[in-house]
Amino acid sequence: MEKNTNYLVGVFGDQDILVKAVKALRKKGVKIYEVFTPYPVHFLEDALGYKRSWMPRAAFGFGALGTTCAILLQSWIMGFEWPMIIGGKGFIAIPDFVPITFELTVLFSAFGMAGSFFVSQDLKPHKVPQIFDRRQSDDKHIMAIDLAKNSLSEDELKALLQEVGAEEVNNKSFTEREKKASFFDYVSDLFTKGVTDSARELKG
Amino acid sequence: MAHVDVDLKNVQEQFTFDGKLKKNVLLIGGIGVVLFVLGAIFLMMGGGHDDHHAAVQHATEVASVASDGAHGDAHGGGHHGEFHWYQRIIVDFWMSGVFFTGVALLGFFFFALQYVANSGWPTLIMRVMLNFRQFIPVGGIVLLITFLVGSHTIFHWTHDGIADPNSPTYDAIIAGKTDFLNVPFFLFRMVLFVTIWTFFGFILNKVTKAEDQDMSGTTKYFRKAQRLSVAFLIFFGISESITSWDWIMSIDTHWFSTLFGWYILAGWLVTAVAFMSLFVLILQDMGYLKLVNENHLHDLGKFLFGFSIFWSYLWFSQFLLIYYANIPEETVYFVDRLKSDTYAPLFFGILVTNFLFPFFVLMTRDAKRKTIMMKIVAVVVIFGHFMEYCLLIVPGSLKENGGFGLTEIGTGMIFLSIFLYLYFTGLSKGGLIPQNHPMLEESVHHHT
Repeated sequence: MEKNTNYLVGVFGDQDILVKAVKALRKKGVKIYEVFTPYPVHFLEDALGYKRSWMPRAAFGFGALGTTCAILLQSWIMGFEWPMIIGGKGFIAIPDFVPITFELTVLFSAFGMAGSFFVSQDLKPHKVPQIFDRRQSDDKHIMAIDLAKNSLSEDELKALLQEVGAEEVNNKSFTEREKKASFFDYVSDLFTKGVTDSARELKG
Repeated sequence: MAHVDVDLKNVQEQFTFDGKLKKNVLLIGGIGVVLFVLGAIFLMMGGGHDDHHAAVQHATEVASVASDGAHGDAHGGGHHGEFHWYQRIIVDFWMSGVFFTGVALLGFFFFALQYVANSGWPTLIMRVMLNFRQFIPVGGIVLLITFLVGSHTIFHWTHDGIADPNSPTYDAIIAGKTDFLNVPFFLFRMVLFVTIWTFFGFILNKVTKAEDQDMSGTTKYFRKAQRLSVAFLIFFGISESITSWDWIMSIDTHWFSTLFGWYILAGWLVTAVAFMSLFVLILQDMGYLKLVNENHLHDLGKFLFGFSIFWSYLWFSQFLLIYYANIPEETVYFVDRLKSDTYAPLFFGILVTNFLFPFFVLMTRDAKRKTIMMKIVAVVVIFGHFMEYCLLIVPGSLKENGGFGLTEIGTGMIFLSIFLYLYFTGLSKGGLIPQNHPMLEESVHHHT
């Protein structure tokens, strides 16, 4: 398969140097594709200029949906479908509904959040991750710069990265397969190549 | 907002309590006195007789209290003619005293908790928490005097002959509780607990102030404060529960709830956190606490939000079981409050102020980091929990003669003024930032 170099990968050893480097590079107009760190680094999101996630709003939405469903479900069952007198109260006794409403709110919110997370991170079955450097989950911070999206040349960017404290600067590219690998590719591989082969080798 | 490089040797601030703040604190007290006097005059003129709400007098109530008539002055029960205006004043004093003493205690508890939890973020505002202790002894004395003056008005169980089978006022249920609920033992517990809380406050204050002077860089004082805090928390855990039964639950002597200690703790704690947030913001408005930023505020906001929900959870846990089981001896407590035109609005009002309002307003991250939002929520929560104390104490002792009116708010403001005055006076003694505290650096760089 054809390979083309399209990412510059800076390797950083220290989180403070990394945050300062991100700031310095962004100041110079360099567009950073993504930064990978083995653990959460404070101030990095601010430095990268990320917007706040929409996940909390999703959580609230799913929670509100859960509350509504729970109240409707219980009112329907206890009030209309199979009315029962419990403890001498009316058919639709709101205090009795609170525990189940609470639980369903939490359940909807939790499942909704998990689903939202998968969607927002594009996590799907047999997704092939784009790993720029395996040390990103060990002891190094990895900064990836998309060459196509920057006006500066590769050499200039390389010099800049070294200037702001990168320990190494590597090239990295992904095959077309790696970029677009999806569940459908996996299934098609199953048919065309069999179980033994398939997308698994791409991860190596 | 990023890396702050601070010379920790040079962060000390000295708070002085004067000028506008002092004037405002005294103004609160002044308004409180005016409202209180106005309310008292109204009570005297009107005799404090509200309409007779027949609904309040359900069967159990009348059965237990009707025989109380022989004992003249005190218990409302079925004898409205014997209600005097000053009884409401006594109950108001008890209500405000319990509320503010509890808040002072829980504020100090929160201070000790930070030591035990080894938490680093609040070091900059540790003194804000520590000085809640100032009100504990004063509140204890006020409560003691109120009890000595008006115990018969507040507590049904203090009446003579209530445990004597031959007496016309004999009450078998209360008689069974007299091993615990008798005046000498009650006073002993009250004095003992307040004294020990005060003692812990005094000694922990001494240790942290000694740390300020210690330039050797040891963690000696920190460890000492930690050990003392552990001892305090153990004592606190027992004494706070017993105190809540004594001071609040025993007013409705026949009734009991097994999670009452928790429930009261949650209410006091959330109010203490609300006061804490407000104090931090007031101090920042005055130019103090320069190193405290929205990250610290965010944490306080999370506590305020979380404990509001915690309070609601306990409140509801107590309510639901009684509602669901529907046992007369338990439901009597809520019937008193729900079937009364005086208390029912408060009953539902506190759910809005103490749960729905903080829940929806403080839900987002941005709201917790905005000073104005935190101020509004803190004030609403404090007021809401003050109303809660009206609901906890007044119906049990005054029945339908009580309410939430001018005298309640007036007394509350007088107590608030004393509370603030003692608080800020305490804060002005010694620096505002704990010097040489091993977690100080962590607190300066705190980032959520």
